[in-house]
Amino acid sequence: MEYFVQQLVNGLTLGSIYGLIAIGYTMVYGIIGMINFAHGDIFMIGSFVALIVFLVLTAVFYSLPVVLFLLIMMIVAMLTTSLYNWTIEKVAYRPLRGSFRLAPLITAIGMSIVLSNFVQVTQGPRNKPIPPMISKVYDIFGISISQKQIVIVVVTVALLAIFWYLVNKTALGRAQRACEQDRKMAALLGIDVDRTISITFIMGASLAAVAGTLYLMYYGVVVFSDGFVPGVKAFTAAVLGGIGSIPGAVLGGLMIGFIESMWSAYFSIDYKDVAAFSILAIVLIFLPSGILGRPEVEKV
Amino acid sequence: MAAKALLQVEGVQTYYGNIRALNGVNVSVNEGEIVALIGANGAGKSTLMMTIFGSPRARAGKITFSGTDITEMPTHEIARMRIAQSPEGRRIFPRMTVMENLQMGASLDNMRHFDEDAEKVFTLFPRLKERIAQRGGTLSGGEQQMLSIGRALMARPKLLLLDEPSLGLAPLIVKQIFDAIRELNKTDGLTVFLVEQNAFGALKLANRGYVMVNGNVTLSGSGAELLANPDVRAAYLEGGRH
Repeated sequence: MEYFVQQLVNGLTLGSIYGLIAIGYTMVYGIIGMINFAHGDIFMIGSFVALIVFLVLTAVFYSLPVVLFLLIMMIVAMLTTSLYNWTIEKVAYRPLRGSFRLAPLITAIGMSIVLSNFVQVTQGPRNKPIPPMISKVYDIFGISISQKQIVIVVVTVALLAIFWYLVNKTALGRAQRACEQDRKMAALLGIDVDRTISITFIMGASLAAVAGTLYLMYYGVVVFSDGFVPGVKAFTAAVLGGIGSIPGAVLGGLMIGFIESMWSAYFSIDYKDVAAFSILAIVLIFLPSGILGRPEVEKV
Repeated sequence: MAAKALLQVEGVQTYYGNIRALNGVNVSVNEGEIVALIGANGAGKSTLMMTIFGSPRARAGKITFSGTDITEMPTHEIARMRIAQSPEGRRIFPRMTVMENLQMGASLDNMRHFDEDAEKVFTLFPRLKERIAQRGGTLSGGEQQMLSIGRALMARPKLLLLDEPSLGLAPLIVKQIFDAIRELNKTDGLTVFLVEQNAFGALKLANRGYVMVNGNVTLSGSGAELLANPDVRAAYLEGGRH
């Protein structure tokens, strides 16, 4: 039983990170109907920026409290990835809007390669480790919960609350949902659709940057190719939860996290990815639009 | 007349791909007027309504609104000139509540007069108040039509474009909507440009009217003149018998 709960805790931690990345996929899909395959690399860049900030901070202000360290890492990472994603949308995706559906998809794969190669060239191909930032571990009824895990879950929950408020309760969120449902009508009501799409990319990038920072803190290492596997997992999470649905992205992220940690604990760690993708395949057979997704119905 | 025209459409041509939908259309709407545009299906009425908003963009000609050339302006900026439209197909946001749909309408006005204006819309269409928390996509066709008009009014427009406001509505509600338009025109001086298949109702309501055939404006005149015109009567009022 303790072992099982321990795996739940591990799965929750991992799932939080996947969920944060998955929101970026799902929001962009919701508003412009494309999969931004470069989103995983935006996450990786967030992680790298956090690493660089960490190195600079430890060199200059080594006596700062850890919380402040994390906060500065996150904010700088958010700003940087926002700038990247905003630029990518403007330069690579916007000119292709309205062309055939595969064009932006192929471009997104291209952007993904560009970003990871760019980081490989500028930062080197080796793993970049950092010393552990937080190492305290609590023992609660035989279950060990690290401070890192608590930080990840707390930050994720706080961020999701802010994000939920933004999307559901503000004029900006309303404009985003309007663009998602009928872009032409939104424009007729005076909504600047291009600007709303840009903001969506910025929001997705910010969440990915936080995920990247948390990932770096959790595993203590990052490498240029880290955008790929977590990116694909988060994309899987978004599809599993129902692409286009924000609660679905979070749910899908948690599910992938749980599946991975349970499978590694009870079966074989080598096949954890196989397990995650098999579950995806099975769910999609029975629920083709994901768990919380809307079925694609042509409106008459 | 041209000097005080609020909306002036001059020689506008619009294409869908290589197919010409508008053939050099001239229409003007003066401040404080109700102008009706009638015509058969596929004549280009709705295309004109959308071309005014630059979506699709006019390939030739010029559109001015209170003296400003809006032909090449981005759609959302045209809307910000305070032109509102209840478009063809109503285009309610299906996964937003009635309230949120109205809030979207009020975003042009930065929500400054939201409560006051929403109250006005609810007086006009009490049905919407009952449905306030319901999602737009679950409303009946008639309710969606009311919501679409209500949403357009929330923008406090200087010019209101209505694309077939009577479509899908019971005769009693059509009368109610036409009365409401007349009332808004009289008390608030709202300028209205409407497209209608219901030619009789529209021409009775309007100060002036235009008749459109195959992308051309073929006739124009006061509402009463057009109602009396034998061609108009034959084509649009008496079941299309020539």
